[in-house]
Amino acid sequence: MLNIQDLHAKVEDKEILKGLNLNIKAGEVHAIMGPNGSGKSTLANVLAGKNGYEVTKGSVEYDGKDLLELAPEERAWAGVFLAFQYPVEIPGVNNVYLLKAAVNAIRKNRGEQELDAVEFLSLVKEKMKLVKMKEDLLNRSVNEGFSGGEKKRNEIFQMAVLEPKLAILDETDSGLDIDALKIVSEGVNSLRNEERSIILVTHYQRLLDYIKPDYVHVLSNGKIIKSGGPELALELEEKGYDWIVETEAA
Amino acid sequence: MSTNSENMDDLVGKDYEHGFVTDIDSDTVAAGLSEETIAFISAKKEEPEWLLEWRLKAYRHWLTMEDPTWAHLDIEHIDYQAISYYSAPKSKDDGPKSLDEVDPKLLETYEKLGIPLQEQKFLAGVAVDAVFDSVSVATTFKGKLADAGVIFCPFSEAVKEHPELVKKYLGSVVPAADNFFAALNSAVFTDGSFVYIPKGVRCPMELSTYFRINASNTGQFERTLIIADEASHVSYLEGCTAPMRDENQLHAAVVELVALEDAEIKYSTVQNWYPGDENGVGGIYNFVTKRADCRGNNSKVSWTQVETGSAITWKYPSCILKGDNSVGEFYSVAVTNNHQQADTGTKMIHIGKNTTSTIISKGISAKKAQQAYRGLVKISKSAENARNYTQCDSLLMGDQCGAHTFPYIEAKNSSATVEHEATTSKIGDDQLFYCLQRGIKEEDAVNMIVNGFCKEVFKELPMEFAVEAQKLLGITLEGAVG
Repeated sequence: MLNIQDLHAKVEDKEILKGLNLNIKAGEVHAIMGPNGSGKSTLANVLAGKNGYEVTKGSVEYDGKDLLELAPEERAWAGVFLAFQYPVEIPGVNNVYLLKAAVNAIRKNRGEQELDAVEFLSLVKEKMKLVKMKEDLLNRSVNEGFSGGEKKRNEIFQMAVLEPKLAILDETDSGLDIDALKIVSEGVNSLRNEERSIILVTHYQRLLDYIKPDYVHVLSNGKIIKSGGPELALELEEKGYDWIVETEAA
Repeated sequence: MSTNSENMDDLVGKDYEHGFVTDIDSDTVAAGLSEETIAFISAKKEEPEWLLEWRLKAYRHWLTMEDPTWAHLDIEHIDYQAISYYSAPKSKDDGPKSLDEVDPKLLETYEKLGIPLQEQKFLAGVAVDAVFDSVSVATTFKGKLADAGVIFCPFSEAVKEHPELVKKYLGSVVPAADNFFAALNSAVFTDGSFVYIPKGVRCPMELSTYFRINASNTGQFERTLIIADEASHVSYLEGCTAPMRDENQLHAAVVELVALEDAEIKYSTVQNWYPGDENGVGGIYNFVTKRADCRGNNSKVSWTQVETGSAITWKYPSCILKGDNSVGEFYSVAVTNNHQQADTGTKMIHIGKNTTSTIISKGISAKKAQQAYRGLVKISKSAENARNYTQCDSLLMGDQCGAHTFPYIEAKNSSATVEHEATTSKIGDDQLFYCLQRGIKEEDAVNMIVNGFCKEVFKELPMEFAVEAQKLLGITLEGAVG
């Protein structure tokens, strides 16, 4: 599904990723953990194709394609979804209108029939339940005046509607209180299936109490320095990142 | 147009002495501006003596004035003697013979706007023999308007048919000597629209020049006068979203609105004159004076404008709030791309008690375009409890364009409340990336973000106009990012 080899990437001339390797199979959930500044969000942005992130070396193969060759929207059409760490506000643009445009742009480019208003609405109604999305948020401007929790919930709601093959959740747990974290996690869990791969980028182990990953990787200084099962996250929680960084460096 | 040649010879025969050699039968006057030119125009239109005098007075005053230079605009010197001030509607032989001869870019835009082929030909100035649907539509409308007692006709017709109304109101809002361009217009205006809504009448339909444009070529110096008598209501739509080609580079229109007691006028504009090419060559200079006089108590005037065309726009639709409790509104979206320049805004002059005004201005600049919002809110001594709310937002696309805000506030009555909010934002890379990541193409994403930015203004437009304006905005800004 996703095969990252020796990935190097720069932001404003500063090398952030320094030879990252990662292999994810269909249906797997991988957690990427690491201290601040280790390159977690850079990885998420490079995979989504954000401007300003320059890949200097390495390759990313996704679903048999060279992912790095694709424009951001082409990646979306191919099933890559990024749940943003800081979802932007777009004043005056209706939340559900943006989502409809997204659904139909993706369908169109896959050669599928676009959804009409009725079909789209019934899809939305069905998916809203997954993240207990409040109806009034649908008709507000995209993320404008949303609380932190509402923004994150909206991201997972979009994920539910767009049904990606590869979902990258960039610190989806940050800024959530415990109730919101539960709701968001339940939403994500309900979206797990054999074909969908998920990358959870997170700083804290807390999220992994609710979303059980198949693998946990520790990212430090632009490289994955340790990989393991869910127990690795617990160990990290207990001993802190310094422990592992020092152990691995030694 | 019918001409009474005997009459005209009398009027202008004398001009020949001064080297005025244009044949009276010809439909175009030689370039240059003089009292003779004005007499010629007035004669061609078979105007009464008082109107010729009015024009000449304006002209004589204009001679003492200088081009305004205070606007944030870079204007090449205009040679007013090089312009021809009168030409009758073009004969069929002058225009392109078919759409094949028309700029393909223009045609592309028509396609995107979904304009029918026949109308495309008309807009591009191609000779069309077939009768338009809109002609019959217009005729049907005329009957309906006449039943309601509404007068809606070309200005020159109003001079003949309703001289008492024209004489009473012409220049009563924008005096002939008001400013350089208004004086020029007063001297040489060729045609325009005239509207009168009688007491207590609610105009049964939106009045639109769109239905009228194939009947008369209003030309570069347009004059519009709208009078809403007591307790009447009218909504007037000017312009059309399709880009209009015009031979004349200089446009200087004057629009005067008069709202009497309890009357309401809603005036909506979509301006999409040729903006020039990507390198800033060509394009219309649009110098417009628009002003409304809320003369009666409880009267209301609302200006809504979507300005996307012209190389240079100089325009400040204003309201004089004389009547107590009168209301003035200004909703504006101005878009400048490539080398376009716009200096636009409004003036709200509060004179009556409890008068209120609202200003919502949205400016969008892309590429190398420059744009300024210039607004005046004036609260006179007499304006007890006057209130104003101004919101002025600018959106920049790219880093070579500019947005400037010049708000002026003069408050002479301490009971007034004046609020001003302004923001400048760049169309965020983050916003754009968010949409792209959701699978929306850049073009559509820009369109969506920009239309969201303008939403508060678009919702003031009549429904079908709003839909067209949204499309137009997208087309205007195509390729503006990245």
